[in-house]
Amino acid sequence: MSLIDIRNLSLDIHGTPILRDVSFSLQAGQVFGLVGESGSGKSMTSLALMKLMPEGARRTGSAVMDGRDLFGLDERAMCGVRGNQIGMIFQEPMTALNPVQTIGDQVAETLVIHGAASRGEALRVAREKLDRVGLDAARFPLTRYPHELSGGQRQRVCIAMAIALRPRLLIADEPTTALDVTTQAQILELLKGLVADEGMGLMLITHDLAVVSGIADQVAVMQQGRIVEQGPTEALFRARAHAYTRQLFAASSHIPAREAMAEEAPLLEVRDVVREYALPRRSLFGPAPSLRAVAGVSLTLRRGESLGLVGESGCGKSTLTRAILGLEALQAGEIRLDGQPVLAGRRMPPALRAGVQVVFQDPYGSFNPRHKVARLVAEPFHLAPVDAGTARDRVAESLDAVGLQASDMDKYIHEFSGGQRQRIAIARALIIRPKLIVLDEAVSALDVSVRARILDLLADLQGRYGLSYLFISHDLGVVRAITDRVLVMKSGEIVEEGPTEAVFDAPAHPYTRQLVAATPQIPADWMAQEPV
Amino acid sequence: MLRYALSRLLSLSLSLVVASLVIFFVIEVIPGDPASYMLGMNARPETVAALSRELGLDQPIFTRYLAWVGGMLTGDFGTSYTYRVPVGDLIAARLGVSLPLTVYALLLTIVIAFPVGLIAAATRGSALDAGIMGGTQLGIAVPNFWFAMLLVLFFAITLQWFSAGGFPGWDRGFWINIKALTLPAVALALPQASILARVMRSAVIETLGQDYIRTARAKGLTSRQAVVGHALRNALIPVLTIIGLQFSFLLAGAIIIENVFFLPGLGRLIFQAITQRDLIVVESVVMLLVFAVIMVTFLVDLAYAAVDPRLRRRA
Amino acid sequence: MKRLPLTLWIGAALSAVFALAALVSFLWTPYAVDGMMIASRLQAPSAAHWFGTDHFGRDILSMIMVGARTSIAVAVIAVGMGMALGVPLGLLAAANRGGLVDEIIMRGNDLIFAFPALVIAILITAVFGPSAVNAIIAIGIFNTPVFARVTRGGALSLWTLDYIRAAEVAGKGPARISVEHILPNIANLLIVQGTIQFSLGILAEAALSYVGLGAQPPTPSWGRMLAEAQTMISIAPHMAIIPGLAIVLTVLGLNLMGDGLRDVLDPRVRRAR
Repeated sequence: MSLIDIRNLSLDIHGTPILRDVSFSLQAGQVFGLVGESGSGKSMTSLALMKLMPEGARRTGSAVMDGRDLFGLDERAMCGVRGNQIGMIFQEPMTALNPVQTIGDQVAETLVIHGAASRGEALRVAREKLDRVGLDAARFPLTRYPHELSGGQRQRVCIAMAIALRPRLLIADEPTTALDVTTQAQILELLKGLVADEGMGLMLITHDLAVVSGIADQVAVMQQGRIVEQGPTEALFRARAHAYTRQLFAASSHIPAREAMAEEAPLLEVRDVVREYALPRRSLFGPAPSLRAVAGVSLTLRRGESLGLVGESGCGKSTLTRAILGLEALQAGEIRLDGQPVLAGRRMPPALRAGVQVVFQDPYGSFNPRHKVARLVAEPFHLAPVDAGTARDRVAESLDAVGLQASDMDKYIHEFSGGQRQRIAIARALIIRPKLIVLDEAVSALDVSVRARILDLLADLQGRYGLSYLFISHDLGVVRAITDRVLVMKSGEIVEEGPTEAVFDAPAHPYTRQLVAATPQIPADWMAQEPV
Repeated sequence: MLRYALSRLLSLSLSLVVASLVIFFVIEVIPGDPASYMLGMNARPETVAALSRELGLDQPIFTRYLAWVGGMLTGDFGTSYTYRVPVGDLIAARLGVSLPLTVYALLLTIVIAFPVGLIAAATRGSALDAGIMGGTQLGIAVPNFWFAMLLVLFFAITLQWFSAGGFPGWDRGFWINIKALTLPAVALALPQASILARVMRSAVIETLGQDYIRTARAKGLTSRQAVVGHALRNALIPVLTIIGLQFSFLLAGAIIIENVFFLPGLGRLIFQAITQRDLIVVESVVMLLVFAVIMVTFLVDLAYAAVDPRLRRRA
Repeated sequence: MKRLPLTLWIGAALSAVFALAALVSFLWTPYAVDGMMIASRLQAPSAAHWFGTDHFGRDILSMIMVGARTSIAVAVIAVGMGMALGVPLGLLAAANRGGLVDEIIMRGNDLIFAFPALVIAILITAVFGPSAVNAIIAIGIFNTPVFARVTRGGALSLWTLDYIRAAEVAGKGPARISVEHILPNIANLLIVQGTIQFSLGILAEAALSYVGLGAQPPTPSWGRMLAEAQTMISIAPHMAIIPGLAIVLTVLGLNLMGDGLRDVLDPRVRRAR
């Protein structure tokens, strides 16, 4: 018998259809993966199950658990189900915990609220559960506050909270998306172990096919509020019967066609660069401690080369990027672009500054919402002023190069989708014909199908304009698809560098090995055969 | 926690020093010779010179500043020129009216605003919420001294439940004085309570949208339990800031409203001192008011740390 | 066209009534406000004197109209002063975030917050004597840290955004970025704060005039009308009620307008529609 059986779940919010006829069932002791791109309705499915939908939502269908229909329960009965029968964890561990309450109290609350234990007893169980999720008593006493923990540790607290009453179903909504790959691997391992030990059913919601392939027994693919295909993971992945599934797979493993065109001559040289930050004082009079964000980094980027820089959050790659862009003063070492020194602020001549431009991660924060596209794209002309007519022609040319219309220049940025915005960001970087474009997690916020098209565009532009790329990312797959050479950064230092294929196929440094091992991958032989 | 308190204490002392410098220099330096200024245009030169000596004005400016600050630290605020009594005694007597009035009004503000703000937040979007929001909008627009006059007109003149003004003095018992301060305190509190209730409402609504509230709901808390258990304490952080600011508004308001009720407080003292050009009194009362505001800011900072564990670690 | 909230309409209408009354008073008032007409003193509202007369026989409607002029002038200039000083300071502090200049500006702000407007007015009056100008200065000084803080807060969150990074990469300095990218995006905040400070300014001017630290006779002012009404409150309550209502309605109008503007201008609210 199924643990939970969902039939014909449909959901409208203020009359807009969000979910249509979603049906699936989950078995105890199994992992059910729900995959899809943003807006496919996968998160809303879980919220509908928990009856935690936003205001104005209307739900039809049934969800039968233990012979009773959850959708028929009133709010009071539903409160008895949440946290007790069904536990849930969310994507963003940094904000999921109450900042003013200790972790012990927050885990214990699950027990107290359901009347399962007295406060003292609940705290004892909380200790047990925190031990179970890998937070030992010595380093993580119950009296810790959330702000004293890292993202991964906070996600462990959330898991402890969700499993405190041994619920029969655990829903995890993108539980590792906000975490680094090595942390992701640990959290996924923990969830797998919980399913095996406690016989829970786990519903894992994610956008990442590789994550699902490694953990789920059953999988369902969602698109625009419907499940287009579901079945046992391996069989479904091998067959890829539905057109959308095939499209998703193709996009996520897409490698743009590009030719190596790197010359020998160096374009960017970074020599022994050091950047330190002062930390808040620990004592009133002692010297302020400092953080070495970048601790003696050297690298060379050749003309026409596409160089990857990978590393986890806090490794110093953002600081190094800022220094290369001439936004960060250095304590030691030097950066040279075309043989000229790169300096922070006004001391760098505009012509040199024009040699390097940047594309950022967030397609929403990258543009001043009050300016029209023409003005946004023309901003780098501040470095090399041209007359208004020329500027408009060049903007039109740039927009055309990234696959947009010249007529788009009189629109405001809110009229564009995320993918279109990234194209505009590339147009802005391109407009003064820089030699080097720094791509700072430039495709990380995009859905796989959009990402594939942007990667194609980047490959095409590189060939056409003879550009060099410095591609900064936490995503090894993307770096592999678009770079010739890669650098691996950890704790402010470069620990390994070499041709991309070689480094990822045969990593030499233990950290690189760890990184590669932690990156989820769909087994190669699943993909070997052509889809039916 | 101790380090946090010490660092706040340090910045408080710094504020006090700068404030005292500002007050001292504005009053003693800008208008020229204070003695002739205090005595008016027609004073005889000998009288001015005598007063100058008496006030120590023949000393260098920095010595005078140190003497003034040193005097205040030991409780010696100088001698009032018009009353011919120590300023400290004058202030002490008047403070016995103004301070209780301010504290009374602050308590009323909190007692009214917390439940009203919470009810509005809990029923947001309802007719009750709309009514509360409309009422507080009106409350904010009412000048407290005018509201005080209306209270006098209604409760003292028409209904005769309260006397129209005056203050019996603390030696006459506790409740009789509390009764005398009730109308002024209500007049002061109502506009401030309207502001605080609105802040409370939006702070609670803001926290209700946070991820940790959703987490709490996923644990099985009812929406009421989530509000009481998780939203309230977090909502208190912005509310505390406003309460701190309100203290200074209430203190200033108390000074104004004493005029309506003929209360012998700091307000009456300072306005008389201004008309009589008794600069020593003005200087000391202003310093005292600023001291009170800075002290309350310090207390609010400590309250932050009690509410928010993230602040305790920071120096 | 977008539907504007009802509060904005009511607020704008109320504010417009008083602004209009102030403007008309330059050209015409029902009666002269400087003459004494003892014969018609302390009359209750009637057809001849809609709002009655005061203890000198002056027409209260006429005094309210001229008083609106004083109130609005004081509040507008004080808000202008607060913006002119506070906004650049806030932009400077945000551009220098975490630095010494930021620290000094913010400490200075905290210090001014320790001096309520009334206390500043007391200090200024003690030195220069009471006048409407000194009331403006006192309220203006008090407004400065308010605008500095709002500006800095809004600017700080913008400085973390990538479009500011892009402008830096385009070689733009902090001053240019502040004017081109920061200021237009915090204009909403400033407009809303401006209406709030405007209404607070009207309340502050009334309070200062009431205790004699504001506009001096013969300049009519709502606060002083209330001060004069106080001793007559039992025989001529209309003398106290009418100027008070004028203050309440003006402030209410401005606050409603501020609320309405926030709903229209706040991008968070706007997106939710």
